[in-house]
Amino acid sequence: MPRRIVVPFGPQHPVLPEPIHLDLVLRDEYVEDAIPSIGYVHRGLETLVSKREYPEFVYIAERTCGICSFIHGMTYCMAVENLVDCDVPERALFLRTIWSEYSRLHSHLLWLGLFADALGFENLFMSCWKLRESVLDVLEETTGGRVIQGSCKVGGVRRDIPGETLERMRAGLDAIEREAGEIADVFLRDESILSRTRGVGTLSRDEAYTLGAVGPTARASGVGIDLRKTGYAAYGKLSFSPVVETAGDCHARCAVRVKELFTSIDLIRQAIAKIPDGPIEDKPKKNPEGDSFARAEQPRGELVHYVKGNGTRHLVRSRIRTPTLTNIPPLVKMLRGCNLADVPVIVLSIDPCIGCAER
Amino acid sequence: MTRDSQHITLIEPMELLGKVEEFRKQGYRLVQIHCTKGDGTYEINYSFDLDYEMRTLRVVTDGKTEIPSISGMYWGAFIYENEMHDLFGIRVAGMNIDYGGNLIRTARKFPFSQPAFRGEGPCPGE
Repeated sequence: MPRRIVVPFGPQHPVLPEPIHLDLVLRDEYVEDAIPSIGYVHRGLETLVSKREYPEFVYIAERTCGICSFIHGMTYCMAVENLVDCDVPERALFLRTIWSEYSRLHSHLLWLGLFADALGFENLFMSCWKLRESVLDVLEETTGGRVIQGSCKVGGVRRDIPGETLERMRAGLDAIEREAGEIADVFLRDESILSRTRGVGTLSRDEAYTLGAVGPTARASGVGIDLRKTGYAAYGKLSFSPVVETAGDCHARCAVRVKELFTSIDLIRQAIAKIPDGPIEDKPKKNPEGDSFARAEQPRGELVHYVKGNGTRHLVRSRIRTPTLTNIPPLVKMLRGCNLADVPVIVLSIDPCIGCAER
Repeated sequence: MTRDSQHITLIEPMELLGKVEEFRKQGYRLVQIHCTKGDGTYEINYSFDLDYEMRTLRVVTDGKTEIPSISGMYWGAFIYENEMHDLFGIRVAGMNIDYGGNLIRTARKFPFSQPAFRGEGPCPGE
């Protein structure tokens, strides 16, 4: 006779990179329902916006996430720039694009390592993180920070990248691409990875769209939403196609991230080739007044920053809608009916960033 | 730089379900729901996207009136509606999954509509 039990999973669990809590309602070994709850790392960052002047809040926006920090800072700046009447120079937009794509590389390599670790593939985990180090070295050399860059500001960027450094970066991309190719082969073809991920945690195209999935979670189910196609920063001047898979399972979500490594490398090459000379910032001509949304494509998907100003140097309100938060309803759907042993792999497959989601 | 167009439409709470149904029928996806506290009022913004064009419906409420849930039309809306309840105390009627205030489990109980900052408020006992 089947037994129904509830297993608390997280917030502290060896396989979870970040603290989410799930109450798993089990019928024998199968998950009937998964009830998520958050709050373990809620920091109230959005409320801090009223305590800091709007140029300073860039640093707090960046600290929303310890992985895709640069894109948080950039998206916050984009939202404020809608309100302060300034035109960000072209060179700054290209620099933002270059740093965004290095951030995506570092985030995807981090996730691929964690995913390999969750599958028990330790040497693959180490290979991913070894390659990630070379990406972090570039971020450190060009911004001063490995994870928190602090290089974006309202109106542009704080640092330029000299021409000779850009050339060195372009040469370094060849080595990154070669090593990424070796790693990609394992993720896309290795039998033990395929057997643990194919047909697991499947999300159909309709479910992905109606449940609000974003980023690789949506693209792995055939929903080709990629905010970079809106042309923010310098993306409008670069050519690329979103990586889309159709299987909707854990392997498809892994494959999207693997293939996006090469898209990012290509976008960085294009940006380095096309970056114009010129200034890197424009001064805001007034304090922010009114409200504004800005959206960008984070490694985990669509990020929304909302700001509201009253004409002073202190904003009234900030709201950050992170991709992980909106990927939680699809996660609930993926977990229903799965085997208990597959829960860690499915949870990891949305690349959960709970620090982001809780803010 | 391409900037998101700021299409924001102010509506009455009673119009919400009808307007959201129109978006759903046209194939818009739900981008986000969020709440903003003003002077004695709360602004709730519902954002939808179709072909990278974002539209936002704005409802202004006193915080005491119940707001209808849109989770019947957009199943994933429960995450935002529970969050709005837990952070701001907004009551949402008819959510498909109602956590009863337990989505965001924190040491200090919700809502956070009157935030206190460590070191910036009056000392206890004064």
